[in-house]
Amino acid sequence: MVPISYYLTLSAILFGLGVVGFVFKRNIITIFMAIELMLNAVNLAFVAFSRALGQLQGQVFVFFVIVVAAAEAAVGLGIVILIARNRQSLNVERVNLLKL
Amino acid sequence: MFVLEHLWIIPLLPLLGAATNGIFGRGWSRAATNSVALGTTGLSFLAAVEMVREFAGLDATQIPWVHSYFTWIAAGTFRADYALQVDALTIVMLLVVTGVGWLIHLYSTGYMADDAGYRRFFSYLNLFMFFMLTLVLAANYTLLFVGWEGVGLCSYLLIGFWFLKKTATDAGDKAFWVNRIGDFGFLLGLFLLFRQFGTLDFAPVFQSASAMPVETAGHGVLTAISLLLLAGATGKSAQIPLYVWLPDAMEGPTPVSALMHAATMVTAGVYMIARSHLLFLHAPAAMTTVATIGMVTAFFAATIALVQTDFKKVLAYSTISQLGYMFLGCGVGAFSAGVFHLMTHAFFKGLLFLGAGSVMHAMGGEQDMRRMGGLAKSIPWTYGCMLAATLAIAGTPGFSGFFSKDAILLAAHSGPYANAPLYWLGILTAGLTSFYMFRLLFLTFHGQARYDHHSVHPHESPPNMLVPLVVLAVLSVAGGWWAAPHLFGGTDLFARFLGPVFGVPETAAANQAGSELLAALLGAPVIAGLLGFLLAWWLYIRRPELPDRIAESLSGPYRLLSGKYFIDEIYAAVIVRPLLWISTRVLWQTVDERVIDGTVNGIARGSEEFGERVRRLNSGNTRTYATWVVLGAVLLTIVLVWMAG
Repeated sequence: MVPISYYLTLSAILFGLGVVGFVFKRNIITIFMAIELMLNAVNLAFVAFSRALGQLQGQVFVFFVIVVAAAEAAVGLGIVILIARNRQSLNVERVNLLKL
Repeated sequence: MFVLEHLWIIPLLPLLGAATNGIFGRGWSRAATNSVALGTTGLSFLAAVEMVREFAGLDATQIPWVHSYFTWIAAGTFRADYALQVDALTIVMLLVVTGVGWLIHLYSTGYMADDAGYRRFFSYLNLFMFFMLTLVLAANYTLLFVGWEGVGLCSYLLIGFWFLKKTATDAGDKAFWVNRIGDFGFLLGLFLLFRQFGTLDFAPVFQSASAMPVETAGHGVLTAISLLLLAGATGKSAQIPLYVWLPDAMEGPTPVSALMHAATMVTAGVYMIARSHLLFLHAPAAMTTVATIGMVTAFFAATIALVQTDFKKVLAYSTISQLGYMFLGCGVGAFSAGVFHLMTHAFFKGLLFLGAGSVMHAMGGEQDMRRMGGLAKSIPWTYGCMLAATLAIAGTPGFSGFFSKDAILLAAHSGPYANAPLYWLGILTAGLTSFYMFRLLFLTFHGQARYDHHSVHPHESPPNMLVPLVVLAVLSVAGGWWAAPHLFGGTDLFARFLGPVFGVPETAAANQAGSELLAALLGAPVIAGLLGFLLAWWLYIRRPELPDRIAESLSGPYRLLSGKYFIDEIYAAVIVRPLLWISTRVLWQTVDERVIDGTVNGIARGSEEFGERVRRLNSGNTRTYATWVVLGAVLLTIVLVWMAG
């Protein structure tokens, strides 16, 4: 039996990688992938807790997260395509209209 | 008992008239406006007469008749009802206000016939009647104060009636401000009354006050209350030091001068003092003050009236002077004599002003007596009525002014608060009164005509202006006969009528003194009046060139008098200008602009600068936002962990 701390450590590392990728990368698709990485890190933690505590709720949450992630991917990729069309670039540095 | 049960009808009718004419009257014919204005006031008068009939059937125990209609204010222990009260004093005031008021309404239909503001004028006039009737019917000081302020408002509106004239609006402002000063004292007096007695209803206040000892030491709470109420009365009734607004108030239409600034409104102060007589009787120091202020004002105003050349200004100073007599009457304890003079004065001074309006009507608006003269033949009816009023105010035996003025002087001589210097000043003033009134009469109606015959064609006024003149002339002659039996050793019927209000007739003491003394006392004012008449006759009929020569040789005193002792200028220098300076420099330019505006603008500018700094955080760069989110999440996690640990 693998102790839960192993899973949680892995989850934390994956989440940390996701955060770092999200903050530091400029390519919008990479940022998108970083978000997915964070979501899956959380999923891993949910599943680990679910098994360790013998409760099903954690796994139900995972399904929810997967559904949200799928919806997000659909909308997000649509936005990415529009940005790519309008700006001829995937660099988020150039998408800075969100200010006063 | 219908009207006594429904006293509110009397003041409400004129209010109805004011509202109808003021709100719905646009585009109505003069006849319709007249019917509403005169109809409501006339009904009010009839209701008052009917009320007097019902009042006569009441038991002595039911007087004063107080009827409370609803609770108007209830706050903590303070309670003020819409309560109306009737006693003999109210009846006198009520009949004078509605009766003379109606006559002046009638007169105005002629006098104001060509004025563009016809409807507005009658609306204001009716509104005034409402407030004046509220004032005299009120059964507590709170309601009295409502009427008091209301008539002040109407006075302001009607003085500035021709509001395109700068002098008229200025005069209205002046009347309003000067009255504010007096009303401030009045209000303080009311606060003190409430603190002392816990109520402002007349009956309990007077009951508690009469149970208190007389403050012979000259100070105490009743003295303070009385003096503060007196401050209010000096404002409303134009006494020293607050009389300055009344001469300026002559800027208003002449019927207004007759109704408000001679017959009714300015007597509100006398009424209030008479109403509060139980407070004043317990404060001898206040009584002396009332008498002194009254007599000094009477003398002072009479001297100014001696040299004025404006017809209405003479009458204005004469009004101030006569109001001074009423104050003297109250101050020497002869309250019924003061109220008696109030009534007769309403007749003859109302008549004098209406006559003045008739003369101005005849002369095309001229007010300067130096450009009149010899009018007796052109306007005989006006002349006859003015003659009756002049004889009455000069105290000619048999005319109304004789009885009322002499009742006051008699009380000043031998009443319970007799005061010899004031008595002799009163005699002197009676002589001055006679002189300036006959001067006015002679300059206007006698001698040679000094106006331009080509441009001015004097003509008699229409009947609707003459009828009020004649009615008031009859009253000016006969209005004083109530007191006539007194001369022959009988009782003064007027004093007996007011007896239930003021206690035993004050003249009872004089009765014991014997009729010989009485005759001697009554002789003195008559002789003074006769001397005044002879002097006026000598100067203005016999030797009309003399007055100018006297004015030249006595140029100092003459200028002092014609400049009205320069009181207006002194007030301007001592009070108005420093106040203006403080208001402009300190309150406006320092406190308002620097302190208040500075604080408000400072807060606004600070917020703006703070916002300008914070704005830079909003760069539009998504990754910066993401960094903030991560940092926030980290911080939140640390806090949660720390709290859980």
